Amino acid sequence: MATTHSTAAAATTSAQPNVIADALKEAFYAGLIALGLFVLIIGLKTDQNIHNELIVVQRWSLLFVVVAIVTVGRFAFSAFVWPEVERRRAIGKKAAVASEPGFIKRNINWIGVIALFLFPAFVIWTSGVQGSLKWIDNFGIQVLIYVMLAWGLNIVIGLAGLLDLGYVAFYAVGAYTYALLGTHYGLSFWILLPAAGAMAALWGILLGFPVLRLRGDYLAIVTLAFGEIIRLVLINWREVTNGSAGISGIPKVTFFGIFDFDVSSPFYIGKVFDLPTSGVYYKIFLYYLILILALITAFVTVRLRRMPVGRAWEALREDEIACRSLGINTTNTKLTAFAIGAMFGGFAGSFFAARQGFINPESFVFLQSAIILAIVVLGGMGSLVGIAIAALVMIGGMEALREMQFLKLAFGPNFTPELYRMLLFGMAMVVVMVWKPRGFVGSREPTAFLKSSKSVSGSFTREGHG
Amino acid sequence: MEYFIQQLINGLTLGSIYGLIAIGYTMVYGIIGMINFAHGDIFMLGAFVAMIVFLILVAMFTTVHVVFFLLVMMIVAMLTTSLWNWTIERTAYRPLRGSFRLAPLITAIGMSIFISNFVQVTQGPRNKPIPPMINSVYDVAGISISLKQIVIAVVTIVLLAIFWYIVNKTPLGRAQRACEQDRKMAALLGVDVDKTISITFIMGAALAAVAGTLFLMYYGVVAFSDGFVPGVKAFTAAVLGGIGSLPGAVLGGLLIGTIESLWSAYFSIDYKDVAAFSILAIVLIFLPSGLMGRPEVEKV
Repeated sequence: MATTHSTAAAATTSAQPNVIADALKEAFYAGLIALGLFVLIIGLKTDQNIHNELIVVQRWSLLFVVVAIVTVGRFAFSAFVWPEVERRRAIGKKAAVASEPGFIKRNINWIGVIALFLFPAFVIWTSGVQGSLKWIDNFGIQVLIYVMLAWGLNIVIGLAGLLDLGYVAFYAVGAYTYALLGTHYGLSFWILLPAAGAMAALWGILLGFPVLRLRGDYLAIVTLAFGEIIRLVLINWREVTNGSAGISGIPKVTFFGIFDFDVSSPFYIGKVFDLPTSGVYYKIFLYYLILILALITAFVTVRLRRMPVGRAWEALREDEIACRSLGINTTNTKLTAFAIGAMFGGFAGSFFAARQGFINPESFVFLQSAIILAIVVLGGMGSLVGIAIAALVMIGGMEALREMQFLKLAFGPNFTPELYRMLLFGMAMVVVMVWKPRGFVGSREPTAFLKSSKSVSGSFTREGHG
Repeated sequence: MEYFIQQLINGLTLGSIYGLIAIGYTMVYGIIGMINFAHGDIFMLGAFVAMIVFLILVAMFTTVHVVFFLLVMMIVAMLTTSLWNWTIERTAYRPLRGSFRLAPLITAIGMSIFISNFVQVTQGPRNKPIPPMINSVYDVAGISISLKQIVIAVVTIVLLAIFWYIVNKTPLGRAQRACEQDRKMAALLGVDVDKTISITFIMGAALAAVAGTLFLMYYGVVAFSDGFVPGVKAFTAAVLGGIGSLPGAVLGGLLIGTIESLWSAYFSIDYKDVAAFSILAIVLIFLPSGLMGRPEVEKV
């Protein structure tokens, strides 16, 4: 701390003495608080020794590094970043000239869709047939599943304003519907996909019905409880679901029954088209399947927004009391939102089961709901493009973290980046919420409003408060 | 009958811990109307700090002085979690006051994920077992009561008495109750609202830390993921008792603990968490104002 004081004395002679002096003071306090927060948790680590007893390992250097980072970070923020932000804000207010959106900005949706369709070809071209597997499966399909889930949840949260913390339950219902009916009765994916959607929608209505009267955070907590109940039932109802062991051997998707991707089957794609045996066909097929499913979700969302029910959802989100007094049937409006949102969750679930070939209740924990929620929130509730970008950044970023071998060089061979993904996720949720409560690409303005309206726009009102 | 009373005592012990956590939920909800989702993880953090302090103390003293150890563990855990909760409130919740209604809840969920993963990253994902601190068990008319259970009961009662005194008899408690009724009016009358809210978070965290220490002493093991389920159950307790009501939170905690214990004893141990979650859903749907709470008036 001695250095802090000496630099404080030196800083008073600089151009902006107050800013620097204040920043030093803040940095000092931030460092002190960080020391208090982390001294026991980071400074000491509990480990098991060979006798299986817990012992305390000292890590003061790590503690010092963390505290130093907090102190310096706080100083830099208060001394340089914040004044710069303030200055820009002052300038920005004066020169707010609306510019005509360029070609890319106007056609961003189409460019995005075309890029998604070309993605597998691009990957195969750059990293070869075998190398592309990882990118198409772990990266492309994984991200698209989350995009679809987030778009489905967006209907419930972003459009209808109902915070649903148990969305993963519908994902689970869809997955188990396909897994159980597919393994026991051998039904095809193409029959079970709509069935899974219908089943999830039914559960959406069943769970939505009791919570119609609830609002805001009470609704959120009850949906969380329902989500957990479904998961616990899946774990404990062993006769049907096989408990924590899960269901394996879930049949693969076929190409509408014309040919399939099972090497031993007579209609294997390689035999039908005289191609070499490879796992890549199935991955590419799955990629396009989830891409089309996700696009259907987006299309339905966009169209529904323009229909009376979509307008009613948005009205409900902005002000439930006003909505009711204008004669909108809030019961039906809420139930349709739950049902349609759940249906897409169910579609994604059955796809997930088909892709994995194995499911167990571990895939449907609350954390999954929180991740999907985080994507919807970070993307700016209501904005489809924003949500897709958020899913790409969060899920794709996490998958990419796994690939970053150079981090091991920087932090030592025992460094496992995967451990930090949820930490970063939680932090991103907090930071984005504090910094931009409307998300990265927040567009929550109602799609329909009076041209001459002088009243406050929807984004300034508080939900449920009018 | 003896079996029943035995289970009842086990349930009340568990319920005391839930009650202590539930107070933190109910006070924060009462004063700023937000569900502090990260509160369960603050409880877990308290248990972890207590565990680390216990290991240090064992290394220093070699023999276990139970009362002294427990006091030091509780005080250090209370200080640490108070600082954590204060920091969280300042950085994550305060900037969002007056934002749209769901924003603080979403931040709190993010904070909850952050804390549990932070502990996982820094302390490792394994369960952390400690050697038993107290072993004595008394036999009263065929019912065994362990000294641990008595300690939990005594600590809970003493803390609740202190707490009741602070909320009902001191200027600080008056300021808290004023903020709970009407924050704007309290500010106009000279109550420092921000400070009062900060102190509320600190008090909630301190009680959660005590609950964490007792949890560690009772079960002798803690893991980074132990915050979620007790957190949800404590929240259930707060809702059952009537959110915003302090005696309600304790009553709710005792009820939830008892129901859980009896459910595991007589029906099915697998479905004990289902029972807790079902109670939460049923209470919120049919009795949203709880047993001892005031019905919420919808303001337009």
